[in-house]
Amino acid sequence: MSSALRPYRAILSARFRMLLQYRAAAIAGLWTQAFFGITLIMIYSAFYHSSDTPPPIALPQVISYVWLGQALLAMLPWNADAEVHDMVRSGSIAYELARPVDLYGLWYTRAVALRTAPTLLRAAPMVVVASVVLPFVGAPAWRLAPPPSLTAAAGFAVALGLALALGCAMSVLINISLMWTIRGDGVVTLFTTAVSLLSGLLIPLPLFPDWAQPVLAWLPFAGMFDLPFRIYTGHIALAGLAGVWLRQAGWTLALVVLGRWLLGRGVRRVVVQGG
Amino acid sequence: MTVDQAADPPGGVNADRSPGAIRLFAAYASASIRSQLAYRASIALATLGVFLVTASEFLALWALFERFGQIRGWTLPEVALLYGMVSITWSVCDAVGRGFDAFGAMIRDGQFDRLLLRPRSPVLQLLGHELTLRRVGRLTQGVIVLGYAAQSIDWTAGRAALLALAIGCGVCAFLGLLVLQATSTFWTVDRLEVWNAFTYGGVTMSQYPLPIYQSWFRALFTYVIPLGCINYFPAMAILGRADPLGAPPITGWLAPLAGPVFLALSLQVWRLGVRHYRSTGS
Repeated sequence: MSSALRPYRAILSARFRMLLQYRAAAIAGLWTQAFFGITLIMIYSAFYHSSDTPPPIALPQVISYVWLGQALLAMLPWNADAEVHDMVRSGSIAYELARPVDLYGLWYTRAVALRTAPTLLRAAPMVVVASVVLPFVGAPAWRLAPPPSLTAAAGFAVALGLALALGCAMSVLINISLMWTIRGDGVVTLFTTAVSLLSGLLIPLPLFPDWAQPVLAWLPFAGMFDLPFRIYTGHIALAGLAGVWLRQAGWTLALVVLGRWLLGRGVRRVVVQGG
Repeated sequence: MTVDQAADPPGGVNADRSPGAIRLFAAYASASIRSQLAYRASIALATLGVFLVTASEFLALWALFERFGQIRGWTLPEVALLYGMVSITWSVCDAVGRGFDAFGAMIRDGQFDRLLLRPRSPVLQLLGHELTLRRVGRLTQGVIVLGYAAQSIDWTAGRAALLALAIGCGVCAFLGLLVLQATSTFWTVDRLEVWNAFTYGGVTMSQYPLPIYQSWFRALFTYVIPLGCINYFPAMAILGRADPLGAPPITGWLAPLAGPVFLALSLQVWRLGVRHYRSTGS
């Protein structure tokens, strides 16, 4: 690997080792998320059994969608990096500016660690519980089903990687917004609201009214959760794979360019007090 | 360790001439509110943020009804009653019970020792620890949703009284959960996320009619953690619906009482925990 990437690799591995400390929290989280998943599945099942009109997405697909959401929850860019938040508030952001690396690259690397480490800890056990344990304890209808084909699985893997890249670009954007608001409660909440509603975290996006579908599909949020999940469940046909990847990559590029531009402006107006 | 009464500063709170519990709580509450109002813009934005997050949650619920029409015979205005009631209940409990929610940190850094040294009940001090203003955002959302639900309800004085009773008892039930959560930190030191399954999970569960869930789940939330009792049964009586599972109509009035009973039991467990408490050190 070239020496230009070395500092980023070091930051990534240091952040990873720190974030992987929270194993007990991950186990507690597994229980809570399994409980939430089961509650949501009972609610969706009740809705599906209350209506005769053909649904836009089948119940087993919704169930797999719910489990993927619970497993990959930590990947969503729904909050600011707590340490960056403190840096902006306390003024120690001056140290970040003094480092001989590109600030955007530095924050992006931090975001990758922040969104990946907890996800790695939580996703694997959640997937085991949802796909192996549930059928074993007599609830096969509630399980996370495997993807319909190997191609769908591979398409999902690529889309998930792109979802991470896109989510991290959004994470950095949230961090940058702190440079204007300092306390950040307001703007961060706007991001949280948009991400949880428009990514498919609250309900699977296909369940929103039909007239909203084109809008939802073209916003950046769908690429973080909904589109990969629909590839996994077979709801998006293999012919649509390239289109999804392109949309995800395009939005990532757009958010990175926007983030770099905003960061440049933010750094120029940042005021560090004290000595 | 004993407290040297003579060391109390002039005007300090002595055990023998201390104000009543309610006046002390009011003093705590007003101090907490004034400290938050020092950052007016920030608290206003945070409140608006909480409102937006919960409003988007209701938007998702609306979308499901737009798609499916009803859930096991319940329409959106009927489910909105369940939703509004639990939103109000949880926001009040969350605002008052913040001290119990943040209890893990108090155990970790030994702050709880200070509470024990003061000559007032630690429960009262924890209740007054912080009255979180931004919960007003969720409360407002709950009131609006309840207002929407109220339009299709045939109101009588009795039904209005039952609504008030259910919300009061509901706050007790959720507080009981927060007390149990805090008690568990006597043994685990850190606050465990497992309780979120019952608090936040309980809120989500309560937003829908109980009969849509499986029997083991209904039993858990009726007999062990009585969140179904404080929401679903009174809501059914307010709507004038009959329980599909055959509970008699009077259940709507009796079931909410499980909330205060649950809180009383939780406080007993809490006392047990306090007696076994060993400080983590300075």
